[in-house]
Amino acid sequence: MELSAKHHEYWRKNLVITAILFVVWFVFTFVEIWFARDLNSSMTFLGFPLAFYFSAQGSLAIYVALIGIYALIMRKLDKEYGVDEGDLE
Amino acid sequence: MSSPAFSQSNFNRQLKKYYTFYTGGFIAFLLALALAEQMGMSRAWIGYWFLFATIGLYAGIGWMTRTTDVAEYYVAGRRVPSFFNGMATGADWMSAASFIGMAGTLFLSGFDGLAWVMGWTGGFCLVALFLAPYLRKFGQFTIPDFLAERYGGNIVRFMGVICAITCSFVYVVAQIYGVGLIVSRMTGLEFGVGVFVGLAGILVCAMLGGMRAVTWTQVAQYIVLIIAYMTPVVWLGVKHTGIPVPQFAYGYTLQKLGDVEKKITADPKEQEVRKIFADRAAAGRAALAAPEKSYAEGKAKVEQDLAKLKAANAPAEKIAEAERAVAAYPVNVNAAQVQWRREAGLAARAAPPRPHAEAFPGRDEAARNTARLNFIGIVFCMMFGTAALPHILMRYYTTPSVQEARTSVFWSLVCIFLLYFTAPCLAVLAKYDMYTHLVGSSFASLPAWASAWAKVDPSLLSIVDINKDGIVQLAEIVIGGDLIVLATPEIAGLPYVVSGLVAAGGLAAALSTADGLLLTIANALAHDFYYKLIDPTATTGRRVFLSKFLLVCAAITAAYVTSLKPGDILFLVGAAFSLGASSFFPCLVMGIFWKRASKWGAIIGMAAGLGICVYYMVTRYPFFGINMPLWFGLSPVSAGMFGLPVSMITIYIVSWLTPEPPKEVQELVEHVRYPNLVGDTVVSEAR
Repeated sequence: MELSAKHHEYWRKNLVITAILFVVWFVFTFVEIWFARDLNSSMTFLGFPLAFYFSAQGSLAIYVALIGIYALIMRKLDKEYGVDEGDLE
Repeated sequence: MSSPAFSQSNFNRQLKKYYTFYTGGFIAFLLALALAEQMGMSRAWIGYWFLFATIGLYAGIGWMTRTTDVAEYYVAGRRVPSFFNGMATGADWMSAASFIGMAGTLFLSGFDGLAWVMGWTGGFCLVALFLAPYLRKFGQFTIPDFLAERYGGNIVRFMGVICAITCSFVYVVAQIYGVGLIVSRMTGLEFGVGVFVGLAGILVCAMLGGMRAVTWTQVAQYIVLIIAYMTPVVWLGVKHTGIPVPQFAYGYTLQKLGDVEKKITADPKEQEVRKIFADRAAAGRAALAAPEKSYAEGKAKVEQDLAKLKAANAPAEKIAEAERAVAAYPVNVNAAQVQWRREAGLAARAAPPRPHAEAFPGRDEAARNTARLNFIGIVFCMMFGTAALPHILMRYYTTPSVQEARTSVFWSLVCIFLLYFTAPCLAVLAKYDMYTHLVGSSFASLPAWASAWAKVDPSLLSIVDINKDGIVQLAEIVIGGDLIVLATPEIAGLPYVVSGLVAAGGLAAALSTADGLLLTIANALAHDFYYKLIDPTATTGRRVFLSKFLLVCAAITAAYVTSLKPGDILFLVGAAFSLGASSFFPCLVMGIFWKRASKWGAIIGMAAGLGICVYYMVTRYPFFGINMPLWFGLSPVSAGMFGLPVSMITIYIVSWLTPEPPKEVQELVEHVRYPNLVGDTVVSEAR
């Protein structure tokens, strides 16, 4: 079928959301690791050196949050653009 | 298959009821066994109860959910609610290596071990953002299915089959190894027998009901494994931090651990032991430098010592000791070199303990940067490998909708997160416990668990009084990573029933992963290879039968390979991830996000990524004996760091050079991008 302008807009928005979440993921993974030594010596959080905290717990929690946020935003976006699958219950 | 009376919400309610009863039943079973232990049930019987009750339970679920329907067999009827699919994915994902090995790796390597924790969780972000919803919309049965439809042609499908089988087979061998290890420890059966007892459990589930049976057993297995992992941690947490959720409070224990490490580094007795090791290592290296001469000199020396003692009429026991030294002297230079190499290796034990929380320790800036690069390499390959392993991606075909697929990745990571953010905590608590209680205690009063485990396997634990002062120094302890999780209940002085529970959890982790992997292999062979490539007219009954038959074949082959005890399993697991990251990830993701990606781009790109990855591993990994210099000092496990970009660039360039994909393919790409399109041209629910 031919896709309408609305469909293209949906896909563009999806790409933007994906890109933003991907950048957050990248920062809390690779940028965090790159500066781990500096972060560790800079401060402690709950008794943990900062980089240890993020690698052992903080980044993991952020991953969970990212996926949750993605699922929520996309559910809303699906409805808004009429490409949702309806109520399945 | 959904009958007219089937209602998803009814089904969800029933599932919740079943699994709540199940969890309650399991806890009651634990309490009953704990009571039985107090009343004098022997340890061996507790082990048997755990083994047979849990395997029997999984087999029971497998029997109840047996099926011959194609959609049920391959994708559990596509009605697994997201939360339950999350638990099943968690069990599927967490292998024996995660359950038993992870905390041990963290115990031994401190901060550097966190690369695995990050790598094995962060990959799910990639699954959620780039793959799961689109694969669910596509809605076929296997990953090669997607590649074949998207790029067209049998070459792509065939390559996909090869990649899927390679990754999964390498991985399943490691799981069956774990099963054999745990069963033999739990019951005292032989390793080989243990492998086959465990295998019987795997087969009953996976063979009778395919994906449907595997899904519902994996949910049950997740519940067992998470209870098993948390119990000792909560107990240790109460002991050391005073609160039952030590995950949030062990930062302060980590600080105290740092102080203990400093004390141990400065302790004169510790320094004395380390000096002994350093001297022995230096002597070994010196001997290796001039083997012939050292061998002759060493031999002459032990013989002279004996002659001198005899001449001086020394006491009989001194002479006997000198005679033993002569008898024990290596028979030739080669044997002596083996011994010297071992001595030279003691240099590692001459080093003071590394601060647990220090990132990338190293002598100088260059060494620290290499350590950082290797940390990044592992994180990178594990993450992109996660988003490419077919047994995980397949799970997202089983949800009722695209929306549920997205939430399902969320629940998967929540379930996995629970274990992975506990592992570093367990490592710190166990280390602190050992450094404060075992180190500094007297050899005369070693705890019972220490001697018991040293007897099981000296590579897991050995404590030898090197400087003969009767006190345990840290440098005198050698501990294997696998011991940490398995022995923590005993170290903490918990009743034996908790040890049994932990072993049952490890077994659940290994069995559930093996189930998923074997199913992937069997489906790739039966569905993609036989049905799609050889005989497209095969009836559904024949396909399902063939898949069951191939599953048994794959299981027996894997068990056979396992019984040969192939070396370094951690390398094999890492290699499976690197291979997946370089072969599957680029063409899957580009196939969804870039319409222009063409058939030949995918074929050449996959081959290029896989080629670079295999080339780097073969020429650099010591096992193959070529040992070319490393690129940027990156270890061969992380070969995917080269393979993935090479594959992506190749797909890009070749796609531009070849004709653009036909209109149907472009429509397919549009089809997967929207959860629901009015007038969809592609039939999604293929049978």
